[in-house]
Amino acid sequence: MRYFFNRLGFLILSIWAAITLNFILPRLMPGNPAETIFAKFQGHMQPSQLHAMELQFGFSNKPFILQYFQYLGSLLTGHWGLSYTYYPTSVSQIIVTSLPWTIGLLGIATVISVVVGTLVGILIAWRRGGIADSTLPIATMFFQSMPLFWLGLVLVYFLAFTLNWFPMFHGYSSSVNVGWNWPFISSVIYHGILPAIVVFLGSISGWIIGMRNNMINTLGEDYVVFAEAKGVSNSRLIFMYAARNALLPQVTSLAIALSSIVGGQILVEQVFSYPGIGYQLTNAVSMEDYPLIQGMFLIIALSVLLVNFLVDMLYGRLDPRVRRRGTES
Amino acid sequence: MKSLTSNKRKSGNLRLFFRNSKAVIGLVIFSVFVLIAIFAGWIAPYNPQVSQFLPMQPPSLQNLLGTTSTGQDIFSQFVWGTQTTMIVGVGAGLLSTFIGILVGVYAGYKGGWVDSVLNTIANIFLVLPGLALLILIESYVKNTTPYSNGLIIALTGWAWGARVFRAQAMSLAGRDFIIAAKLSGASDLRIIFVEILPNMMSIIAANVMYACLGAILAESGLAYLGLENLSSNSWGTMLYWAQAGGAMLGGAWWWFIPPGLAIALVGMSFALMNFSIDQITNPRLRVRKMKNKASGVRKVESHGRENASA
Repeated sequence: MRYFFNRLGFLILSIWAAITLNFILPRLMPGNPAETIFAKFQGHMQPSQLHAMELQFGFSNKPFILQYFQYLGSLLTGHWGLSYTYYPTSVSQIIVTSLPWTIGLLGIATVISVVVGTLVGILIAWRRGGIADSTLPIATMFFQSMPLFWLGLVLVYFLAFTLNWFPMFHGYSSSVNVGWNWPFISSVIYHGILPAIVVFLGSISGWIIGMRNNMINTLGEDYVVFAEAKGVSNSRLIFMYAARNALLPQVTSLAIALSSIVGGQILVEQVFSYPGIGYQLTNAVSMEDYPLIQGMFLIIALSVLLVNFLVDMLYGRLDPRVRRRGTES
Repeated sequence: MKSLTSNKRKSGNLRLFFRNSKAVIGLVIFSVFVLIAIFAGWIAPYNPQVSQFLPMQPPSLQNLLGTTSTGQDIFSQFVWGTQTTMIVGVGAGLLSTFIGILVGVYAGYKGGWVDSVLNTIANIFLVLPGLALLILIESYVKNTTPYSNGLIIALTGWAWGARVFRAQAMSLAGRDFIIAAKLSGASDLRIIFVEILPNMMSIIAANVMYACLGAILAESGLAYLGLENLSSNSWGTMLYWAQAGGAMLGGAWWWFIPPGLAIALVGMSFALMNFSIDQITNPRLRVRKMKNKASGVRKVESHGRENASA
């Protein structure tokens, strides 16, 4: 229970930090960005909406601390402001429509990457020193150390623009009706393949190398050596004896990967104009749409923090040692 | 006595580093880019900003990497971009590692409430989404130079290092030689810099490379989004102009391939060196024939544990 409250306290503290950053940054910067926004919005906004903007970006003359609590209050009641680019759509509405795209694309790509990477890691650790073991980690590391948005640009250029195998941008073709019908679904899949490949190539290296190193550690354990001496079959030895215990550290990495799904591939989404959270954020930046920027940052931060909290909870259940240590840190 | 053995181990590790082919390849790639960065003024044939050639020309003898849509020489841009990107990447990597050391080692060594406060701050920085935070900050700070960009990257990206250093410092703080130093009246600063830091050099080295790689990727990403001063020379800005200038639709592969490939190569060189450091400091990972597995592992077990706890 103490562990739970400890983690809950950290969750609240970090959410508070993210919100406060959002509040302080526009007030800290020289050349008040609020004036830019104000000038843009003036003329085509209701007075009450303008007033809300004033509160959000702090050009009211009220005391600082009062503005702060009003800001917190409006966030809690779901008033995240109005987007300038998509006026009069509210920021929360844009989040609701963008979130499924990001979670769908990156979620699926991450799961494929984890499963394939972990299996490859298990196998190359078993055939240690073989051809696959000496080439695959290096080859995939090359993809991990390149900027993924650039890998996206290259793939778009060669596979989509030159060869015309894949569409160049967007999440679905403009000629289909949005809804649960096959033309739309197949169009979504078709458009998702290329960005998914980019995310897959960029993330698989960590899974392969991580699993390989864990496997090598467990393969050296006494119980595995004993099982081998006892004559346990190879496949049983690999999967039932060694891999099972080597998987645990991978779960930690999976937690980190899951928590960064929403904000993890902002630039890849931008390259493909994929209609997710990251693309909206970069769009908002180029349009100087500050309410949208703030909203996107907040939803990315919230998703990271919440998933982290859930994983901590899960981990406390899986491994009681964590629970005891967690209260100290 | 202690320093003698640690020196011996250190030189042994250096020899292992240079005998490792991956490490050497990484070091060579890295050195090539460092040389280009240092001698940029001699290597670049033209002014990178002046439009003096036919636009969108493919590579030729006159323009080794072709020209942009406004007739600038891409090779010259690339060479000057190497200088900027290397300074920013390595500088930000070193700075963020330094902050990480200060926070992490001090917290781990001191313990108590100092540790609680510093560790909580580090954890908050750790969980806040890095790139999104950078984009948020830079959307307010207009027209950053590559150098101020590097500074912002370092100031927001030190937390991962701090966490690693803290764990290592905590495990060292209880050892006999630290207690002995404390009893002999050495100051905190002296203990941290003379006793603790030399014992975590491999972790620091690994972290520097990791941080440099992260900084180069972050800087190029921000510049690609146009958040950096658009007249600066960096690989990321080149990619921004390639995208904005229609390099893709114009078929100008020579414009957007070189900067990205260079980032990938520099990143690769860091990853290769890092990979080798990992193998050197964790003997279990050294390639050994399967047959020796059982007997070989046992011998290094105690050593491996020590590193695993780091």
